[in-house]
Amino acid sequence: MPGLPLSLGITLFYVGLIVVLPLAALVFKAASLGPEDYWRIVSSARAVASYRVTVLSAFVATIFNLLFGLALAWVLVRYEFPGKRFVDAIVDLPFALPTAVAGIALTTLFAPNGWFGSILGEIGIKVAYTPLGIMIAMAFTSLPFVVRTVQPVLEDLDPALEEAAQTLGGTDTSIFSRVILPLLVPALLAGVSLSFARSLGEFGAIIFIAGNQPMSTEITALLAFIRLEEYDYQAAAAIASVLLITAFVMLAVTNLLQSRALRYTVRN
Amino acid sequence: MTAPARNRPPRVGDSPAVRRTLITAVLAIGAVLVLAPLVVILTQAFSLGFSYFAETITAPDTRHAILLTVLTALIAVPVNTVFGIAAAWAITKFDFPGRRLLLIVAEIPFSISPIVAGVAYLFVYGLQGLFGQALQDADIKILFALPGIVLASMFVTAPFVARELIPLMQAQGRDLEEAATSLGASGWRTFFSVTLPNIRWALLYGVVLCNARVMGEFGAVSVVSGNIRGQTNTLPLHVELLYHDYNTVGAFAAASILTVLAIFTIIAKVLLERQGAGRGGRPALAAPNAIPAEKPQ
Repeated sequence: MPGLPLSLGITLFYVGLIVVLPLAALVFKAASLGPEDYWRIVSSARAVASYRVTVLSAFVATIFNLLFGLALAWVLVRYEFPGKRFVDAIVDLPFALPTAVAGIALTTLFAPNGWFGSILGEIGIKVAYTPLGIMIAMAFTSLPFVVRTVQPVLEDLDPALEEAAQTLGGTDTSIFSRVILPLLVPALLAGVSLSFARSLGEFGAIIFIAGNQPMSTEITALLAFIRLEEYDYQAAAAIASVLLITAFVMLAVTNLLQSRALRYTVRN
Repeated sequence: MTAPARNRPPRVGDSPAVRRTLITAVLAIGAVLVLAPLVVILTQAFSLGFSYFAETITAPDTRHAILLTVLTALIAVPVNTVFGIAAAWAITKFDFPGRRLLLIVAEIPFSISPIVAGVAYLFVYGLQGLFGQALQDADIKILFALPGIVLASMFVTAPFVARELIPLMQAQGRDLEEAATSLGASGWRTFFSVTLPNIRWALLYGVVLCNARVMGEFGAVSVVSGNIRGQTNTLPLHVELLYHDYNTVGAFAAASILTVLAIFTIIAKVLLERQGAGRGGRPALAAPNAIPAEKPQ
């Protein structure tokens, strides 16, 4: 087969120039700080507060997407209803819509004078410019992950399994929790880890709705951005490196879960 | 949805009460979270009338932002497509050590915050970066100019085409290409008349998704563009600028252009999926089982 030198050459050149070089430069810059300075920056109160709000919001958004994504996948696979194909298509909107556009749209909806914000305000819930707003923005941008990982598994589920359980006297609830759900767990975990990873790194959709107050509604990605704007390049590098390390950990977790999910599906 | 066609008990969750509750709940939440943003963009964009809308999107700054966005996509998407095809060809048609590592590295941008990407580029081409001084001496401007925007866009979309092609080409195997070359076809001829027809829909699918992301990228471009009004503002950055200028209606007018792009992307996606492209739930490329173990041909 011809073409190895050319295709591999292009691939290595591109990956090297576009992906590896910048990341190496970032690591190099962060490493040039020395352990004490590095630690001082990444463990400063403001940075730690940003990790807390980012991780906590991503966690809540992911739990929401786990439940909503499962329900949505279930409804799309198991039921027929008018407009189903439209719903199936529009699930991908959060991936197709630029994050800045999503950000201003969600902010306008949930601002105190917005359609939803005014209703929620009357019962004393503030969304925009609070951590709740961050959670909503994260939930929006990572919405399709769980749906799209669970959907194919649910489609391929063998009806005979449920029938067997029904013959044995299982109720709907017990069959769902003891037969169906265990089969979905690998796909759910894979979707959840993708959703969580995406939420941790999200920027565009969040900064509009978050309020961006240091110590309370400032996400880690924004803190890195602010340090850049202050020309504090070392701090920007250090904080970005924390995000980078987190991304690598999530990448490893995701790949592990996905390969498990695959093995599981293949075996069944 | 009445009695089951065959003499089969209803499946789990088929009772009308469960059915109705689940569908209602899902559609209600979906309407709030997904449909409402779409509606609010369009109503806000036209809230001051069509003439204001037209005025905003034909204003020189907006026109320039549109032009810059299209120009970025015209460079980044084709380059990325060539890379995607080359990577898929190298990885699926040959066995060489380190294939999996290459896949993992190519997938990295998918899981990295766009802000990290932007910061990383700063440390290569910025004045603080590896080549900063050399570039300044040679009077080459990469950051805060088109090349920086294109590079950052290529970073965030690097895996988009490759990840559509690799699973498909892996599944299709090498037999057809091997037959073609053994009959005397050149590598290029084999690619264009044997491989390409088999991967065209998946390729187009990857290109469509790549284009949508390039045109909509915000975080990474925000770092490297320098946000110079009328010069290095892409359309998403222009949306932010108008919004922070308290020109909400203008921001939504500009955003509506990107929204239309998103809607067209979804339509194209649905049509291509009907051709068998982009089956949902594809595993990450680097998942060990995504690429079957190398076996001697």
